[in-house]
Amino acid sequence: MKIGVVTFPGSNCDYDCYRAVRDALGAEAVFLWHKDHDLQGVDAVFLPGGFSYGDYLRAGAIAALSPIMREVKAFGADGGPVAGICNGFQILCEAGMLPGALIRNRTLKFRSRPVYLRVERADTLFTSEYERGDVLEIPIAHGEGCYFAEDTVLDELEANGQVVFRYVTPEGEETAAANPNGSARSVAGIIDANGNVLGMMPHPERAVEPLLGSTGGLGLFRSVAAHLATAGVRG
Amino acid sequence: MTDFQVEVRVTPRRGILDPQGSAVRGALRSLGFAGVGEVHVGRLIVFPVEAESEDAAAERVEAMCRQLLANPVTEDFDVRVTAPAAA
Repeated sequence: MKIGVVTFPGSNCDYDCYRAVRDALGAEAVFLWHKDHDLQGVDAVFLPGGFSYGDYLRAGAIAALSPIMREVKAFGADGGPVAGICNGFQILCEAGMLPGALIRNRTLKFRSRPVYLRVERADTLFTSEYERGDVLEIPIAHGEGCYFAEDTVLDELEANGQVVFRYVTPEGEETAAANPNGSARSVAGIIDANGNVLGMMPHPERAVEPLLGSTGGLGLFRSVAAHLATAGVRG
Repeated sequence: MTDFQVEVRVTPRRGILDPQGSAVRGALRSLGFAGVGEVHVGRLIVFPVEAESEDAAAERVEAMCRQLLANPVTEDFDVRVTAPAAA
């Protein structure tokens, strides 16, 4: 099982992600360079957090046009698991692989702190190691994480069960105060209609061992590994 | 072919919360400027583009806006193309 982590100029969570895959999961991790056209035969792709291309124009807009993204799009269209975390989520939206957009936090503040997420779907390849309704403590660190989409798109996401994580209180209640950035319907993470592309603003790779303060993100990596173990790896 | 001067104005789509605009409005009010309505903060992108005609230039720039310069989900754009002043 081989998992790829894409490095764009300005990515800064690529090592965290690499380490989560290699150490917390014990799987093979490889870095994929943004200028390459080769996914090196990986079985899943992570687009890490950071400030690719300095967030020029819009967060994720330039990275979405990187050479490697052409391959990532094809890989995702073919059913390959693709997870975008923070800037990675922004890139997936800009690339048209997920609906909606991430805009400036309602508070205008860059928010860097632990938040609580409720698992809305435990039957996706990214969340099978969780239970529906689990509340996870996972950190966020972003200035542009306010999820926005037209109401019709939001309704469709809800109807299809594409909302995977929502911001909640530690008790699991959805409140305005528990929503750190003003995201529509407290959306913290969504999947595409096929269920193999995930985007989320919080950082599961920063919550994979007790030393980091929480292990809430571990389940996501384990879920992907469990999926690959049953679905069989490529190559 | 002529070099046309292009100005693209990108603004947050009306109706979408624009916290930056609200903050600027608040700051203007705190300076004592009364009567300031809703403020929107956007981007101005300027560049020359080679094209056969003004219309052809505008068409190309609109394609650029749809594909990259503006995000159709959250932003509106306005394209202005001007011919170079006659020598």
